[in-house]
Amino acid sequence: MAEILRYEHVDIAYNGRVVVQDVSFTLDDGEILGIVGESGSGKSTIIKAAMGLLGPSGQVTRGDIYYKGYDLPDLSPAQIRKLNGLELGMIFQSAGASFCPIRTVGAQLYESMTEHEPIGRDEFNRRAVELLKKIGFDNPQRILDSYPFELSGGMQQRVGIAAAMLMNPRILLADEPTSALDVSVQKQVVEEMLLVRRTFGTAIVIVTHNIGVIGAMADKVLVMKDGKMVEYGDAKQVLERPGALYTQTLMAAVPRLRRFRPGETVPPLKEWDATSQIGNLGRGTGR
Amino acid sequence: MGSILSVDSLTKVFTRKGQPDFAAVDHISFEVDPGECLGIIGESGSGKSTAAAMITRLIDPTEGRIILDGQDITRLRGRQLQTAYRKMQMVFQTPTESFDPRRTLGDGIGESLRNYGHCRAEVDRRVAQLLEQCGLPADFARRYPHQVSGGQCQRAAIARAIAIKPKLLICDEATSALDVTIQREILALLSDLRREMNLSILFICHDIALVQQFCDRVLVMYKGRIVEEGVPDEVIRNPQNDYTKRLIESIL
Repeated sequence: MAEILRYEHVDIAYNGRVVVQDVSFTLDDGEILGIVGESGSGKSTIIKAAMGLLGPSGQVTRGDIYYKGYDLPDLSPAQIRKLNGLELGMIFQSAGASFCPIRTVGAQLYESMTEHEPIGRDEFNRRAVELLKKIGFDNPQRILDSYPFELSGGMQQRVGIAAAMLMNPRILLADEPTSALDVSVQKQVVEEMLLVRRTFGTAIVIVTHNIGVIGAMADKVLVMKDGKMVEYGDAKQVLERPGALYTQTLMAAVPRLRRFRPGETVPPLKEWDATSQIGNLGRGTGR
Repeated sequence: MGSILSVDSLTKVFTRKGQPDFAAVDHISFEVDPGECLGIIGESGSGKSTAAAMITRLIDPTEGRIILDGQDITRLRGRQLQTAYRKMQMVFQTPTESFDPRRTLGDGIGESLRNYGHCRAEVDRRVAQLLEQCGLPADFARRYPHQVSGGQCQRAAIARAIAIKPKLLICDEATSALDVTIQREILALLSDLRREMNLSILFICHDIALVQQFCDRVLVMYKGRIVEEGVPDEVIRNPQNDYTKRLIESIL
């Protein structure tokens, strides 16, 4: 598969303080890359850099981010605006909050679309309804006529995905898209994104601290710790046989549901044994 | 041995003008035994936190009774309620916000001790001891909430909760805002304390895997009601209720 996005030895600093150091990876067409790490590890910063969303205090201080031969950090704001939305789509943690509360979803999607191409109301409506249907909304017209707050958190998040997909971007960048959601809704959103990839062949970079989401979606995984890459590779391998010590600690700390096969009996209730399960990290001094 | 906490038909109805009444918690009844860790799971809006807020008397129930260690605390006020808090303490979801930003962690941790008439020197000594028990250096007493990380702040919040040696600890999503590695440390701390102090814990959490690891028994709440109850392994293996089945199937 063809490579579409490449990070080469990228350093990113806020107000001169380096927060991401020497990050390199590539993203192929249609690939899903998961970026995991704890709070403050720099994982969101990495994808914000590609969209030019670092804000006035943030800057890529070293290295390059290549997309289609463009070096993204070197582009002018006008050039960035052309790419954003049209070719690079973004989903935020609280998609609901990224909409304007006093205008309908339809009006806002229409506005974002006319920004990139001349399109009439009817044509927009036809395409929006078709897309919403494709990504699993039963009643697309009702969604378009709704205000963001009239939709549930999960619906808002799915509309956020729809908004990003309307322009059919080649890459979808998702920053903690499921973190604010209940598990049942989280699963819907994950399935939504997988459907998007199947239907449109979109490549996805998903930033999350939820290892379960990564396991369900990602082809490759990048593990970040304190602004540095600690591991990068095939998702199955990183999750099941992590190489780096930090990844091993991280994976061991993830609470996993123990399921039982039909017929299997539940082991007798035992005293909670801190040393056998979670106690072996000891008390430490926190972080 | 009687139960440490007994909740009977506890109900909270929110009323708003022009809208139908909304029962956030709808006639729930359960008990927590001494030394037991009871988990409550459910999705957002299922009433878990409203239940916790009623039990800790932060909001008044519409109906029902709360019996703490044999005493009916449902309508207690003032001094009497303060006495009830000697037996019951709470750990909240956002540790940094649960401390007064203008006062040091040591002030917050020692407040209950001062309220119960311990002298300054004694309070300082106990605070240092509590911090250490919760895995923090004693000099953290002089720090302000914004000067420590989320995990450290949650340790301080636990130190504050156990300062007056309560019998029951109510944790409302106490580990949900923390990274998994920190979450694991906090759980290890809670289980150590539980053993040392024979604490009962009411552990409210939306992560069923965590509840499976940590709790002896679990209640599943859905739309304000308890829809299922049992040993976590048993509930996960053989969920009886449709909602519980869906919940377990959704876990990635």
